[in-house]
Amino acid sequence: MALTEKDVRHVEELAHLELTEDEVKKFVPQLDSILQYMQKLNELDTSQVEPMAQVTYPARENPALRADEPRPMFRQDEALASAPESDAGCFKVPRVIEKE
Amino acid sequence: MDLTALSISEIRQRLAARKISVEELVRAHFERIAARDGEVRAYLHLSPERALEQARKIDAVVAAGGALPPLAGVPVAVKDVILTRGLRNTCASKILENYVAPYDATAVERLEAAGACILGKTNCDEFAMGSSTENSGFFATHNPHDLTRVPGGSSGGSGAAVAAQMATVALGSDTGGSIRQPAAFCDVVGMMGTYGRVSRYGLVAFASSLDHIGPFGRSVRDVALVLRTIAGRDPRDSTSADVPVPDYEAALDRDVRGLKVGVPREYFAGLNPQIGGNIQAGIDLLGKLGCKIETLSLPHTDYAIGCYYIICTAEASSNLARYDGVRYGFRSPQFDGLRDMYKKTRDRGFGAEVKRRIMLGTYVLSSGYYDAYYLKAQKVRALIARDFVQAFEQVDVIVTPTSPIPPFRLGERVDDPLQMYLADIYTVTASLAGIPGISVPCGRTKGEPRLPVGMQILAKHFDEARLLQVAHAFEKAGGLQVA
Repeated sequence: MALTEKDVRHVEELAHLELTEDEVKKFVPQLDSILQYMQKLNELDTSQVEPMAQVTYPARENPALRADEPRPMFRQDEALASAPESDAGCFKVPRVIEKE
Repeated sequence: MDLTALSISEIRQRLAARKISVEELVRAHFERIAARDGEVRAYLHLSPERALEQARKIDAVVAAGGALPPLAGVPVAVKDVILTRGLRNTCASKILENYVAPYDATAVERLEAAGACILGKTNCDEFAMGSSTENSGFFATHNPHDLTRVPGGSSGGSGAAVAAQMATVALGSDTGGSIRQPAAFCDVVGMMGTYGRVSRYGLVAFASSLDHIGPFGRSVRDVALVLRTIAGRDPRDSTSADVPVPDYEAALDRDVRGLKVGVPREYFAGLNPQIGGNIQAGIDLLGKLGCKIETLSLPHTDYAIGCYYIICTAEASSNLARYDGVRYGFRSPQFDGLRDMYKKTRDRGFGAEVKRRIMLGTYVLSSGYYDAYYLKAQKVRALIARDFVQAFEQVDVIVTPTSPIPPFRLGERVDDPLQMYLADIYTVTASLAGIPGISVPCGRTKGEPRLPVGMQILAKHFDEARLLQVAHAFEKAGGLQVA
């Protein structure tokens, strides 16, 4: 099942991108050929295989957890230092809730 | 004496004997960069103040007769996806063009605590996505051995910097081969440890289950010394392994006689004749050193690229969602509302390859496709990992070519993304399995021009010492000039 321009436009929305007509025209065949290639995985019977969601190797007790104690992190001014726009200790963005 | 040709041990000896100062060494490297980087273009930005401040600190320690830290005075280049506090960190992307890192990556902290001097940040493919450094949002890096050719990627800048003596060692990142392949292309040593061997804290995430930080060097010993410094449990990275770090340097000179070397037939079928001879010569040399060579099978090799590109793009689409113009980085100057701000920011800020991968990743995770692609890929990943577990029950290390092709010309392969992906075939498998791998130089191709060829050695989880031992024996026996 070949990838269509409609599919690409749908994914574009999900990914918060805004492609030009030219980009879409270029991407459709490229993405299609890559996705077709990925179909190869269907040659394998994986019905008895557990998905490998973790790569880490457990050691002794779970080392990933620690006591829930606050630790020094960024100061507010450090966190805001790279913000395109900020004010009153907050990141400034366009209105989030749009009136219908 | 050419200060930029020195190894870590040579630097140490000369510092201890007060033959050179760190300041001289660092200045010599900046001079070298000024002389060569105009054509190689390995560096994105330099950090002379930071390097010289560190140099003076170490020189003061020497003057006071204090003990030299393990990497005292060593000039290091750091790939621009690894955060260095107070320095710009662009990930070679316009979307982070003016972003300044608010903290140091653990690997960088450890290097500086060991006395190393950070010279600057190196070029790479944008967000580490690519195999040639041509996807950098700024400019391409050129292979120091042939300026018309690519240095490999995505850590091409780091590989080139070390090859051209513009740094003694460098840090890169490897997700599907991004340290090993540029090491092969640039004729240097590059290593990726076991997943979790080196903390990823401060590495800008591309694919979180596949990313690694690792070293480049001009010798196996230098790579071993850097790995020893940066490896180890880090509470700030919950995937970093709680496994002790052995003395990799001490392991180097162990005898390799009797070790079993596996040669997987799937990696040699249809092998490019330009490099096949080199790898065979490399294997023959290991045989002469007393290793037992055995053919074996890694039956799911053919599915690795499909598996890798589903998983890494899926993870990337999630990791790169944060570049939205809200908290840091580029924000589009014009927009009509919040969603439009996201879309224009990302569209203008990201290059084509990054967009392609975000699109692929979003697609394979989207409703209706998740099971068919992402879940399927995770199962295939388990099969690929199992191939290696079974292989390492038979052999101690596995030897393969690093890349199916020698360094290609700039611009030669930009039009066909799938072809570019297929060239990762020998390196993605280790990333999927989480095992360590190293690429060592293995001579040059025959005919003109004579291009670098790399040989990859793989070992089982946390067996980096074994990997380094075999690589070092190979290097000592003249392996780097074989063929």
